[in-house]
Amino acid sequence: MDALQLLVAGVSQGCVYGLIALGFVLIYKATEVVNFAQGELMMIGAFIAYTFINILAWPYFYGVLATLLSMAVIGVVLERLLIRPMLGEPPFAVLMLTIGLGFLLRAVAGAIWGAEPKTLSTPYASDVLQLGEIIVGYGNLAIVLGTGVLCLALFLFFRYSRLGIAMQAASQNQLAAVYSGIPVARLVTGVWAVSALIAAIAGVLVAPVSLIDPQIGFIGVKAFAAAIVGGFGSLPGAMVGGLLIGIAEQFAGLYLPPGFSDVTAYIILLVMLFVRPQGIFASMMQKKV
Amino acid sequence: MRFLKKTRYEQDIALLEHNGQRFWYGLLLLLVLGAPFLIDGFYLGELSLVAIYAIAGCGLMLLVGFTGQVSLGHAAFLAIGAYCHTWCLGAGVPLLPSLLIAMSLSAAAGMIVALPALRMTGIYLAVATLAFAVIVEQGIAHWESVTGGYRGLAVPDASLFGLSVTDTTFFYYFCVALMLLATLALLNLLRSPTGRAFVAIRDSETSAQGMGIGLARYKTLAFALSAALTGLAGGLLAHKIGYLAPDAFNLIMSIQLLLMVVVGGLGSIHGIFYGALFLGFLPQGIALLRDALPPALANIPGLEPGIFGALLILMLIVEPDGLYGRWLKIRQYLDEFPLYRAKTHKRQKQFLRTERLR
Amino acid sequence: MSLLSVRELSLSFGGVRALSDLSFDVEKGEVFSIIGPNGAGKTTIFNLISRLYEPDSGRIVFAGEEMTKLPAHRIAAQGIARTFQNTELFEHASVLDNLLIGCHVHRQTSLFSQMLFLPSVRRQELAFRKVAEDVIDLLDLAAWRHQVIEGLPYGVRKMVEIARALCVQPSLLLLDEPSSGLNPEETEDLAFWLEDINEELGITVLMVEHDMNLVAQASDRVLAVADGQFLALGTADEVRSHPDVQRAYLGDAADSGAQA
Repeated sequence: MDALQLLVAGVSQGCVYGLIALGFVLIYKATEVVNFAQGELMMIGAFIAYTFINILAWPYFYGVLATLLSMAVIGVVLERLLIRPMLGEPPFAVLMLTIGLGFLLRAVAGAIWGAEPKTLSTPYASDVLQLGEIIVGYGNLAIVLGTGVLCLALFLFFRYSRLGIAMQAASQNQLAAVYSGIPVARLVTGVWAVSALIAAIAGVLVAPVSLIDPQIGFIGVKAFAAAIVGGFGSLPGAMVGGLLIGIAEQFAGLYLPPGFSDVTAYIILLVMLFVRPQGIFASMMQKKV
Repeated sequence: MRFLKKTRYEQDIALLEHNGQRFWYGLLLLLVLGAPFLIDGFYLGELSLVAIYAIAGCGLMLLVGFTGQVSLGHAAFLAIGAYCHTWCLGAGVPLLPSLLIAMSLSAAAGMIVALPALRMTGIYLAVATLAFAVIVEQGIAHWESVTGGYRGLAVPDASLFGLSVTDTTFFYYFCVALMLLATLALLNLLRSPTGRAFVAIRDSETSAQGMGIGLARYKTLAFALSAALTGLAGGLLAHKIGYLAPDAFNLIMSIQLLLMVVVGGLGSIHGIFYGALFLGFLPQGIALLRDALPPALANIPGLEPGIFGALLILMLIVEPDGLYGRWLKIRQYLDEFPLYRAKTHKRQKQFLRTERLR
Repeated sequence: MSLLSVRELSLSFGGVRALSDLSFDVEKGEVFSIIGPNGAGKTTIFNLISRLYEPDSGRIVFAGEEMTKLPAHRIAAQGIARTFQNTELFEHASVLDNLLIGCHVHRQTSLFSQMLFLPSVRRQELAFRKVAEDVIDLLDLAAWRHQVIEGLPYGVRKMVEIARALCVQPSLLLLDEPSSGLNPEETEDLAFWLEDINEELGITVLMVEHDMNLVAQASDRVLAVADGQFLALGTADEVRSHPDVQRAYLGDAADSGAQA
């Protein structure tokens, strides 16, 4: 029973990692930029949802919709303001920039919403689902379902929509994409909007089950580990990596001495990097001379 | 502008090229040595901190700026140096041997971190070092018998030639002496084959191999040297802060160290010192800012890292060559006045071409 | 015995056969050129000799030593230096530093003596500088000596690459399309320099080249390959007039032309 219950908790936590990892991978795939502030974007998303739903007392559905919209706008603004000027700079510089952005967003959130943890109220807040011996909170269920729907939507988007295919083309070779008439600059902005949107969804889904404070963005680091374990640049890989780490963490927390559950993600990451550095779903990297 | 007529190859090897440089660096050295007579104890302590940061900066610049291996986990080496030094002092080892042991242990840890560096580059490596740092931090937090865990660990007093490190003036001179040694070693390395091998690896691994530079050997060496210097800085930092706790060596510390070399200017020795001064005095600046701000703003949680972040962003967008790069441009402007072209340093925009095969 | 012998070398990428059972010998003191249409596997041969690729089968023997087991960074010490098709220079270092890195294999000082910059290191640096300056004189690079590579004209970069390879003081020099991207004057200079390198320095040259005039002017023997397979070997004229070579370059048009 214990194991099954842990598995459920692990899957739910893993979906959160996976969602943030999706944001990482999306931006990386399209622009080869690593957005280290993805976790902070999720945190901001959660706070915005809290503002609409708890403070302004909007109905849940409209509150979520407004959150998604505002986050997409924030994604666009960030890209225009910070990433666009860095076009052509080495990836390392952009990575540093997004790390700085993470710190900045945390301070901004602290300034606006304060450091005390908040809870997002939802229509399904404290209900639980009893499945035989296992208890599943509706909050956790929402995370798993939301993640599934989002993954399906992303899959369809990249597989069938013109925009999705254009994004893939631009990620392979921007110059060639420009010559084929794809507006690469606008596309990159679009990718940031989508990625911020995913962060917002993660925020809205996480907020009911865990408290919101400016520090929750730090789980972005673990999600990043998940993205690498899955093979950076692979969307299914990000989800698989997230689930793997989420589940492993739950079991490590129960069966290993204290402290281990915090580093499980990183140990898995290091082992992975040694055994199979290209990740579960490899996207090959080699320079041609 | 100064034109030098060089008649011997030795002149290109010399650290100081002409009398002008000798004069200005001599004056700077006099100022540094005379600082205890010029400023009061508090600022002298802060200057010691700058010297400590500069030692760590030498280590990180060697790795990031000259070998091109990004580390997001250098706080781990700082921690290993600090805890090892403190533990050795507690066990009765004298000051200098204890620092040496701390450096060696840190270098050994650096070699372990170099293992993934042999198989991966760029972002993957950065994340591997980050993972290493988190594991070290958690290890320190939970290995209570040695590190005291979250309760912390008091750093014992230590002395050299009968002078205690708690004496601000002596500690200042001690740190400055080690900083000068570290800088000199780095400068010497950079004008010898080993330093050039590092630069070669940074610019093209393929070519470096073709020139007979073993990637495994030199990357491991770069990590070991970098970790040793950072470990030394950690040992000194232990005396400066007096009481060790794991959260002094967290991710934020790693990023501050990286911020130091980026703000200073990657790939320049001057940049280390600009960056160290920046990192050492920024908290003072922020404290002054706090006093000036209305209380509602001054008490924002995470204000300090926030300002760090904002400055980092500003620096990367406005001046990616760092403070030293900006200084060079200002000097060039003055040299060439009034002929300076506004677009001399205009950056080229380019499209991304991925090196991924699919 | 030949300086370099390549025996039945094969390599495939995935399902694509890049090289199949290629054998040839390079004699000491000659200029040996490899020609062939794009995608014939010329650069692959270079990458195999410099051990960047692992062959599926076959052997490479240089000066009596088996090379196929050595790691890539041990090749320079054996006396083989190479250039790259699209230049792989150390972009953020000066021309001089690039050349000094070329001297790397001849270093004899330890890490600690370098940190202290002992007199032995100083002497070594001066000796390296002498080597680099000789190469600078030979290839006429003095004007660029202290310039950083980034931003140099392409022609100069190509020459710096050759200069850096010469600083290794190799017995075999591999040149991957040395004339690509050069203008006609530069290509003409290159032909003379090749002669100097070959005759004055006594370095054996193995080059991949598309410019048939340069090949004819500079090389003693020419090997033609297509689709990773041996086509013809001989003097430039022999190879150029070989029917298989003409077919490889011109396709069946050459056939119908011959029949008509």
